[in-house]
Amino acid sequence: MTDFPGAPTTPSTGRLRVLAAMSGGVDSAVAAARAVEAGHEVTGVHLALSANPQSFRTGARGCCTIEDSRDAWRAADVIGIPFYVWDLAERFREDVIDDFVAEYAAGRTPNPCLRCNEKIKFAALLDKAIALGFDAVCTGHYARIVDLPDGSRELHRAVDGAKDQSYVLGVLDADQLAHSLFPLGDTTKDAIRAEAEQRGLAVAKKPDSHDICFIADGDTQGFLARHLGTATGDILDVDGTKLGEHDGAYGFTIGQRKGLRIGRPAADGKPRYVLDISPVNNTVTVGPVEGLDVVGLTAIRPRWCGTEPLVDGRYTAQLRAHGEEVPVTAAVVDGELRVRLDTPARGIAPGQAVVLYDGTRVVGSATIATTERPALQA
Amino acid sequence: MPYLDHAATTPMLPEAIAAMTAHLGVVGNASSLHAAGRRARRVVEESRESLAESLGARPSEIVLTGGGTESDNLAVKGLYWARRGADPARTRVLCSPVEHHAVLDAVHWLAEHEGADVEYLPVDPLGRVHPEALRAAIERDPSSVALVTVMWANNEVGTVQPVRELAAVAAEFGIPMHADAVQALGQVPVSFAESGLTALTVTGHKIGGPFGIGALLLTRGATPVPLLHGGGQERDVRSGTLDAPAAAGFAAAAAVAVEHREEHAVLLGGLRDELVAGVLAAVPDAVLNGDPAAGGRLPANAHFSFPGCEGDALLMLLDAAGIECSTGSACSAGVPQPSHVLLAMGVDPLLARSALRFSLGHTSVREDVTALTDAIGPAVQRARNAGLASVRR
Repeated sequence: MTDFPGAPTTPSTGRLRVLAAMSGGVDSAVAAARAVEAGHEVTGVHLALSANPQSFRTGARGCCTIEDSRDAWRAADVIGIPFYVWDLAERFREDVIDDFVAEYAAGRTPNPCLRCNEKIKFAALLDKAIALGFDAVCTGHYARIVDLPDGSRELHRAVDGAKDQSYVLGVLDADQLAHSLFPLGDTTKDAIRAEAEQRGLAVAKKPDSHDICFIADGDTQGFLARHLGTATGDILDVDGTKLGEHDGAYGFTIGQRKGLRIGRPAADGKPRYVLDISPVNNTVTVGPVEGLDVVGLTAIRPRWCGTEPLVDGRYTAQLRAHGEEVPVTAAVVDGELRVRLDTPARGIAPGQAVVLYDGTRVVGSATIATTERPALQA
Repeated sequence: MPYLDHAATTPMLPEAIAAMTAHLGVVGNASSLHAAGRRARRVVEESRESLAESLGARPSEIVLTGGGTESDNLAVKGLYWARRGADPARTRVLCSPVEHHAVLDAVHWLAEHEGADVEYLPVDPLGRVHPEALRAAIERDPSSVALVTVMWANNEVGTVQPVRELAAVAAEFGIPMHADAVQALGQVPVSFAESGLTALTVTGHKIGGPFGIGALLLTRGATPVPLLHGGGQERDVRSGTLDAPAAAGFAAAAAVAVEHREEHAVLLGGLRDELVAGVLAAVPDAVLNGDPAAGGRLPANAHFSFPGCEGDALLMLLDAAGIECSTGSACSAGVPQPSHVLLAMGVDPLLARSALRFSLGHTSVREDVTALTDAIGPAVQRARNAGLASVRR
């Protein structure tokens, strides 16, 4: 096999028994190949997460089809490692899909990928792997693990900023991080595709998967309607005036502008955005964009990535997947994370994760519970 | 590498390789009239005669196919269509619930698309169909039965069915019966003439012959509706250019398998008994599935449930230890499903997920068995820990 100088990020512990989670995509295939090349004893596993897998992928959407499973299998054969399919569909449904639906039902906006990493890939899968005698789980996530001289580990952003996935890995604690391998963090996506080609992996040209894997048609609203049913409710202005009706408050996301179905325009002619979702009385409140400005937030269930808990002080924060990093002051009060933003930010919804960074290092992650919006309080 | 998965496929016999390769470089379509065609036809027909002799059949009763799955589909669908075509009231298909998927899924398909009324015959905890059960099912309305299909020996747990008795019951009512003897051939005596069956499935690669060739034995009066239409080969029942080299390899393998069946059964039965004793010594709470009595079980088959384990985790650990075996049951998209055979036998679904099959064959040696009995204890221990991990939150 060709040598790729400096490619794999290898832990200092030498040869490990590694379980490579292989989705059938290019990233996890190259990650597994790099783990082999780093001298580890690698076994490939495809996670069957759907109880009724589709036969083929439709476009770039979704995953876990039978075709994906076959692609992963073929990649494992090319790499020369054993390959198995593990059925985690039931755990996935309970921990990710049911949670996703429940969060929307409660008026929040969950991130199922993050949840999957926390509960499936680096919990159910990792636990089973360790019990079966493996030392680590390897994935194709774009993030870097840095080993410190004292044996502890840090998680850092990937060198490819556009592909960086440290946001959805911020939930990993020190123990999970100690058993993780992310061989792609030091390489750009383009280089990974080229490497896959060079390694003879047929998935080199396979399109990236986007959106939510268990919603194959990409229609989140339709998915939620099927699970939660429809319930007509009011769309209100900030002063409580009824502007229209909707089919279910859960179908909205804070910051949403399109699809509001409000007949008449606002008095000032400016576009209106979803400012608040109240599942209890099934209302959606809309208003001007300023109403979205968040200056501070409280986040619950903080998880510290690596060994060091947060020291109150200055950090940067990422407030949603693919969101920008913003400067903040953060502190832990009564087990909750309090974050104050230097400048107001928009499109922040309860249920999303706030991930704190110190430079490129991931400090930790917590779930946004409440936001402070001066324009609404005023 | 201890290979304990001969029921999945077994290495080709040297005799079969020699017979097959002798014809691979020779031109000739067995349907052609010229010399090359005559040469190929001679190979095919001599192979057919040899197969007939090995299987207790007449040459004209042998329809060469692409393998066991095709033979099963041809028998089940073809006989159903023929019988229903002759009498629209004949829509009942009596089937054992422990059949291979090649039969089971064909029967399902008939139910979904062709109006078949499928009735599953009850099996006992060993997976056996009793002739009285078949009689009772037929007698509910003999005139509506299209066919009966019960396998000769089960591919997972190795239980041998009382095929002759069952066929006798079906024959009393003039109902055709098919049996899948893919696993039985070479392990227990299989004679088509003595069986009283209408149709019998066999295949090459399970007995040391090549892949991609099998046969459906059909009594001369049986005329299933074909699955494949074309050149009219094989009594017009199975069109397609005949594969002379594969037929020669298949016939050679069948001749060896049948000739050495008895000594083979004694040898493998002895090894199998050692395997069972060794596994039970290493894992005292392992459960041997199927018939514990030698007479009721394929001599090369051992099949266990390992309480507290997931079969696929155990399979992976044994694979890592260099031991090749199988859960024995089908996968759906690579995900092992709890065995329908064990479920039909009344095994608890969780226990059904913990099953592994070890199957011996002509290359098996005692070292294969001791490698397994050495490895199984620690593997089960580890798989149990993993089983617990996967239920932990």
